[in-house]
Formats: sequence, C-alpha cells, structure tokens
Amino acid sequence: MTALHIAILSPLAFAFFIPLLAKYVRRIHTGWFVLILPALLFIYFLRMIGMSANGETLKAELAWIPSFGINFTAYIDGLGLLFALLITGIGSLVVLYSIYYLSKEREQLGSFYVYLLMFMGAMLGVVLVDNVIVLYVFWELTSISSFLLIGYWYKREKSRYGATKSMLITIFGGLALLGGFILLYIMTGSFSIRSMVSQTDIILSHDLFIPALVLILIGAFTKSAQFPFYIWLPDAMEAPTPVSAYLHSATMVKAGIYLVARFTPIFAFSEVWFWVVSITGLITLFWGSFNAVKQTDLKSILAFSTVSQLGMIMSMLGIGSAALHYNHFEYYLVSIIAAIFHLINHATFKGSLFMAVGIIDHETGTRDIRKLGGLMTIMPITFTITLIGAFSMAGLPPFNGFLSKEMFFTSVLRISEFNLFHVSTWGPLFPILGWTGSVFTFIYSMVLLFKTFGGKYQPEKLEKPAHEAPLGMLISPVILGSLVVIFFFFPNILSYRIIEPAAESIMPHLLAGNEKFKVKLEGWHGPSPELYMTIGVVVLGILAYLTLTKWKKIYRLFPEKLTLNTLYDRTLYGIEKTSNKVTRTYMTGFLRDYLVYVFLFFIMMIGGSLVLTGGFSFDTKGNAEIGAYELVLSAVIIAATLTTIVAKSRLTAIIGLGVIGYTIALFFVIFRAPDLALTQLIIETISVSLFLLCFYHLPKLSFKPRTVKFRVTNVVVSIGVGAVVTLVALAANSQHTLNSISTYFIENSYKLGGGHNIVNVILVDFRGFDTLFEITVLVIAALGIYGMIRLRLEKRGEEQ
Amino acid sequence: MEILMAFIVGFLFMAATYLMLSKSLLRVIIGTAVLSHGVHLLLLTMGGLKKGAPPILNEEATSYVDPLPQALILTAIVIAFGVTSFLLVMAFRAYQELKVDDMDQMRGNDQHE
Repeated sequence: MTALHIAILSPLAFAFFIPLLAKYVRRIHTGWFVLILPALLFIYFLRMIGMSANGETLKAELAWIPSFGINFTAYIDGLGLLFALLITGIGSLVVLYSIYYLSKEREQLGSFYVYLLMFMGAMLGVVLVDNVIVLYVFWELTSISSFLLIGYWYKREKSRYGATKSMLITIFGGLALLGGFILLYIMTGSFSIRSMVSQTDIILSHDLFIPALVLILIGAFTKSAQFPFYIWLPDAMEAPTPVSAYLHSATMVKAGIYLVARFTPIFAFSEVWFWVVSITGLITLFWGSFNAVKQTDLKSILAFSTVSQLGMIMSMLGIGSAALHYNHFEYYLVSIIAAIFHLINHATFKGSLFMAVGIIDHETGTRDIRKLGGLMTIMPITFTITLIGAFSMAGLPPFNGFLSKEMFFTSVLRISEFNLFHVSTWGPLFPILGWTGSVFTFIYSMVLLFKTFGGKYQPEKLEKPAHEAPLGMLISPVILGSLVVIFFFFPNILSYRIIEPAAESIMPHLLAGNEKFKVKLEGWHGPSPELYMTIGVVVLGILAYLTLTKWKKIYRLFPEKLTLNTLYDRTLYGIEKTSNKVTRTYMTGFLRDYLVYVFLFFIMMIGGSLVLTGGFSFDTKGNAEIGAYELVLSAVIIAATLTTIVAKSRLTAIIGLGVIGYTIALFFVIFRAPDLALTQLIIETISVSLFLLCFYHLPKLSFKPRTVKFRVTNVVVSIGVGAVVTLVALAANSQHTLNSISTYFIENSYKLGGGHNIVNVILVDFRGFDTLFEITVLVIAALGIYGMIRLRLEKRGEEQ
Repeated sequence: MEILMAFIVGFLFMAATYLMLSKSLLRVIIGTAVLSHGVHLLLLTMGGLKKGAPPILNEEATSYVDPLPQALILTAIVIAFGVTSFLLVMAFRAYQELKVDDMDQMRGNDQHE
C-alpha cells in the first residue's frame, strides 16, 4: 500500500464517513468536508508533474488475487496524470459549486456526496491502474455511481428513465470491454497493460486481434457516447447540474477516450483501428453538432455538444495513429497532441458552461431557451462566463478552443494526404465532415449564448425574477473561464509538463531510448489554410444563425420514428413483450403440459442419442429361456394393465393395480428372488388396502369428454416413452462389457457377514447405509402423512 | 426371456405415462405406482435372469443369481411404497380441501402464482 494506492482509494474510504457527517453535523453544509479531499488530491497529483515531465513513471503493486495474476497495480504516467488532474481539479470545483447549488435543507446531501466520492474514486482507479481486470472493476463502479447520480431525484420519472438507459448502455459496453480484456489475456497471458504493450507483435498477428479490438472499442464508444451509443447522454441531463458538469462533460464520458488512448499502442498499427476510431469520431462530431442546434433545453444543447466534442477528440486519436507508419511522424503526430489539448480545453469550457447553465436554471427556474432572454444586463458575470465558454466551444480567438480547433483542421487536412489504407479515395471526407461539424458547432454555440442572454427579457414566463447568482456559486465557473483564456495566451505552460508526457504514453513506439517529443503550441501561426477554414466557419455560421428560423424546418425531415431513441425504446419494449409472450405460451400452468415437455425431452434425448450414436445393438447370447409360466404371467400383467387404463370405476382401477402388483411378485418367485417376492406381496397388500381405505373418500374417476387431440398426444407420448425404454433395455442387455461385482458378495457373505441370505447381508451389512436412509424415508413419509391429516393450519387460523 | 421382459417393461412404462398424463388425480397416482413396478422389473431383468440358484447359500448350488439387483430393488420397493402412500394421502387431502379431482382445475391462478 503506497501513497498512490491510498490516493486512489481515499475517496471510497472517505465516502463511508459522509453519512455520519451529514447526519450529525447539520449546521455546516456537508460539501465543505468533502471539498478537502479532492483539493488535497489535486495538490498531491500536481506535485507529480515534475516527475512526469522528466519522462518518469511510478508503479506500485498491491496483491489482490495473485494466483490469477490480478493485482491492484497502481501506475502513473503522463496520460494517467493528466486525467487524475482533471478528475481531482474539476472535482474540487464541482464540489465547491454544489455547496451553493444544493440546498442544505431540502436535499439529501449525504447520499449525493457518497455517490460523488464513489464516482471520483472509481474514476481515479480507471485512469491509474495497470491491471485490466482492476480497471474493469473501477469502470463498472463509474457506471454504477453514474446511475445513482442520474437517478438522484428518484421521485421524478424522467430521472429514473435516464438512469436506467445510461445503465443499460454503459453496462452493455462494460461487458464487451471485459470480453476484450479476456481476449487480450488469452493472447498475451497477462492482465497488465504494460506487458500487453510490450507484446504488440504477438497481438497484431493473432486471430483474436479483431474481436478484441471491436469489443474494447464498443466499451469505449458506449462510455464516451459515440455514435450510435450517444443516446443515453442527453437523457442523463436529468441529473443535478453539478453532476452533469462533472460526469457528463469533464470526466466519465472521457473514460472511453482514455481507454482508446491507453490502448492505442496495442491496436493502432491496424487499418481497422484507424478507420473505425476516426470515422466513428467524425460521424459523432457531425451528428452531435447537427442535433444540438434543434434543442430548446440548455442542458440538451450542452449534452449534444459534449457528444460532438467527444467525437472530435476520438477522431483525432484515430487519425493520430497514422503517425505510426512514417519515420517522420511529427507531421501526423499533431493529431494526438490536438486530441490531448482539446481534452483539457473541453473540460475547462464545458465545465464552466454547465455551471453557468446551472446558475441560470437556479436563478430563473427554467432552462428552456424559448422562455429565456435578455439576461445580459441582469446576470453580467454569468453572461461573461457563458460568452467565454461558448466562443471557446465555437473555436474563436482569443480562447483555447480556437487553438485546438485549428489543430483539428490541420490534422484532418494532413490526413487527406496520407497514402495508406485507401485514404486517397476517402480522404476528402475528413475535412468535409470536420468542417461542416464545426459550422454547426458555431451555430449552436451562438444559439446557446444569444437566445439566453440576448433578445428581450420576459419576466412573465419565468418562475422567479432573474438575478445574479451568489458569489460562491460563481467561483468555480470563473476559475474555469479564466483557464480558458489563460490556456489561449500561454498554451505552452501545458505543453512541456502535461501534453508531452501524455503523448509519450499514447505513442511509446515512436520513441527510441531517451528521446522526447517536442511540442510547441502557438497562438498565432500566420495565414494558413486552417485559418481560412475558421473564417469560413464564422462567416457561414453567422449567416446560418441569422436565417435559423428559415432552414430549421429541415429537422422535420427526420421523422421522430426513425430516431435511435425510438429504436432503443421499441427494442426494450419488444424484448419485454416477446419474452412475456414466449413464456406465457409454454408456461401454461397445467401440470399435464409440463409432463408432456418432460417426456418429450426424455424421448428426444435418450431415443435421439441412441439413434445418432448408433448405440443400439441386439444380441440374445446368454439370455434365459422363455417358459410357459412366464408367458402366462406376461399375459396376465398385460391384461391387468389394460384393465387399469380403461377402468371406468375406481374399484376396477385399484384392483387392476393390485393384480399388476401380485403378478410382479410371482415374477419375483420365478426369477428366484424370494425376499423380493415376500416384500412385494406384503407391500402390495398394504397399498391396495390403503387405496381401499381411502376408497370412500376418494373422488370418483371423472370421465369428462375429451378432445381427440388430447388423447392422441397422450397416446403418442406414452408409446414413445415405452418404446424408448424397451429399446434401451434391449440395447443394454445386449452389451456384455464387465462382469458383475456380485461374486464378491457371494463369496464373502458368510465369511465376512456371517449370513447365508446374501440379499439380507447386502442390505444390513455390505450396504447398510442404503437401508438406514430407506428407513428414514419411511419415517418421513409417515410423519408427513400424519401431519397432513392432523394439521389444518387454515382452519385453525379461522378459529382464532 | 430378457427380450420378453424388455417389452413388458416398455409396456408398463407406456401405461404409466398414459395414466400420468390424464386429468384425474387418482389415475396419476395409479400411474406412478405402475411406473415403479416397471422400474423394479427393469432392474431385475438387467441383472440377468435365472442364472443359478436363489441367493441363499447352501451346499448344493454351484451358482447363484445376482443378489445385488435384488437388494437394490428391495430398497426401491420400500421407498416407492412410502412415496405412493404419501401421494395418496396428499391427493385425498387435496380433494377434501378443493372438492375437485381434475388436474386442469388445480392450476394456480394469477393471485397464487
């Protein structure tokens, strides 16, 4: 247990004390206690920057299930550290914001902070462990805590719907991920990511390479809300806004990005990886931004915007894998650097935007852009924050989004020159999709900003008169907003300390020995195609925004029925309905039907395997001769059985049964089993008397008219069972494989058991245990019968 | 002889199955009794028939029939008896309480599932 382990587990451990604090220290908002932990962790991780910038990593092992090679191996490198800083940094700000956002009196703060800390610990675990199984454990813990947080206001139906949806989709992806991890283990024999990376050659040439790749990408795409799995994210907006800001913009949705980045060294050499990751990312980028424009709820706009921006980061990670195929990799490496840089930028501006939207919601009572307007002068600070965030999101200077968007354009332009994997055919697709997506991004950013703050103030539509938020609520978004500006003017404070080490973790194969990447981010790089593209985005975006009402009709071209949400709902409903229907068809409640299933299964399994394996044989060697007595007895038993079947009165049936029993006893006599004959006679007598004793109480045999089908089924099934039993008996009798062990009993019955009657010696001496428990069976049956007759619980209850 | 017995056993199984599939509870119980008879005969037949003296040690006999299946059947007879009598009383009690004998009417309804 090292300091790193303690750091990862501390949020989970601290979560145990939160309910106590929430219950007994009611004067102080629980959030203040919680705030200490992420702040301390943030400082702890900040101090590691120096180490990471020198290209060093830290690895510490803690045995968990060593016999399976599952160990809690904490591992921190540039990529892990970047995420850890995001998680703890944004985490601290979100906790601070939530202190002012959630009311001490009205909300259940204990559960909120328990879930939040659970999530924080799980997320730190995901990014800071080396063992894939432990990673998976933390991965699912993020899904569970996210589920709990989305359903925080569990009395609202929409919250429950959103929580279930996100749970189903992310757990589906999580399971696929587990499958991928296990395939990787089969290929490499190790659960450690480090050791998998060192065996890239083996993995690349293995048959399971593609299945593992696909499964891991499904896991990453579901978590990071990529097309077509993005549908859970807009519904997750039912969570409290601090949660949306933290989980659904800055951290959890980036777990998929982390995973793709982390596994890039293993998979990125393949063409499939390049195409799937970059094209899925680009489609998500375009589709998310396209859909964001039509939303009227502020948080929905931000949700689709998150989807779109995550798509952009994802596509850059895919495009960046091109760098592996050249010696002069710097030309394509810009993509990876842009991905990392945009990851940071997105966390800053999206976090601040969510917080600003939360403030608007909190102070006006609505998030609907049709009701909002003219808040610019009423909420100047919130307006400034939103302006910074929205302009950064749109990719305008002087905000950090501009830099990463320029780098994104650079990378899509460069990839269209890439001459591997048939890119020359599809090359133009990259800049076109990227550029159109950016135009839509610009439009919805402007919608977000001006529909809320511009236009006319409409107090009659608002639930409460709008006013500026309390100072405490503004601290966090102001800090994030300042970072947006700072990262534009001084991007290189990040490049050496954060981006270079992270890029080294993503692309370790490109570096030999002690080489290091040299990353230099520039705020201004002169007139270039990228700049003209941005100008194009702005010009077209402004035009489109101004004419928005005219062309918004095109959204109606996509009928509601064809959306992925409808598909999801229909599928769920369909599965439920179909399984219900299927179950109802065979679970009829009639005992007879179940018996028919059992018998049919018996016929098909036993009879079928007898036929299929050719197990049937016929051999009369060593069989006894048929005597006259046996023939007579056989005739009697058949007649008695037929009588029993067709008997119309109870008495006939019982007597028929008795005749069968006594005939069997006679068979025992002929086949030289005196003890059996005796027992059978006695038992049969008792059985028949028992039947007769109950005779007057027993119901009359009811012969209601039955359908022909009913009888035919019964006859067919019965004949089938009888035939199979006969065949099995004949086949078994024809095999002479091993001799009986009974010679031992015969030889030793007197010598060891001291008895002449071999059967009795077997019963009480050689195999006495059988007899003991047979006696027990009789005792239980007797007690049961006594109980059934004497105990009348229902009536006794009535008397009382 | 074993072949004849195989057919008789099959016949008993067939009759038992037919009885167990009927609607009347009493016939179902009779069916289980017939089934146990079939099983006992099958056990005995599979041990081989009439190959020597009854399994009681004496001076004259040179070989005996297999005693092990007999011991197994003896146990089985007793257990089958216990179970049959239990079932019988259960059917009796069920009829007393429910006043029906028809298995089709004895299915759980939606309240009792």
